[in-house]
Amino acid sequence: MIRILVSPAIIDLSVEMDRIEAGHSAGAIATFTGLVRADAKAEGKVETLELEHYPGATEAALHALAGEAEARWSLSGATIVHRVGMMAPGDRIVFVGTAAAHRGAALDACAFLIDRLKTDAPFWKRETSGGEARWVEARASDDRAAERWRDA
Amino acid sequence: MRVLYFAWVRERIGTSEEVVDPPAGVETVADLIGWLAGRSDGHGLALAAPDRLRAALDQAFVPLDTPLGDASEVAIFPPVTGG
Repeated sequence: MIRILVSPAIIDLSVEMDRIEAGHSAGAIATFTGLVRADAKAEGKVETLELEHYPGATEAALHALAGEAEARWSLSGATIVHRVGMMAPGDRIVFVGTAAAHRGAALDACAFLIDRLKTDAPFWKRETSGGEARWVEARASDDRAAERWRDA
Repeated sequence: MRVLYFAWVRERIGTSEEVVDPPAGVETVADLIGWLAGRSDGHGLALAAPDRLRAALDQAFVPLDTPLGDASEVAIFPPVTGG
């Protein structure tokens, strides 16, 4: 079962964990949670993070990734919840959960989903620090992390 | 054809979407970007460096040398930064 949610609402971990554990015959659940970092910049600490996305295309991209993971690792469940809009340091941005028969498949599928989400889904981050807003630049390390899943 | 802009591309152009009718000869996404760049100073500023841009045709990511074909929605944006 695939669950995709893109929403400005706070991500409730207990609700998401209950959903991914319920109704599956999985022996293993792996999860990843991403938080807004309070990285210190030259301008000062990050005060807010705003997430823009491409409605429709975002959900389609996440569905495609979850479907690919489900087929490749024989998952019984895959959840991707991504928050959009205004956030503060410490807030949850993203939750990925995978359910499989054994831990290897669940852990690999979870890493695949978060690595590929960073390069394949249309989200853009804008940080404010010292009262100045700036768009976050894409990182080459994220491209390399996503690329490693294409070889296998 | 509907063109959507996101993030700093949207901010520099000053609108999130517009409907355009490109002339004959505009065949690929890169051609479209080059043509759009001449529409205003803001378009020129946003679209001056195509190597910093990415695109989607009918909501699917494509390389900039992709033919527009009969796509009805083109999106132009910076490299993505989610997760």
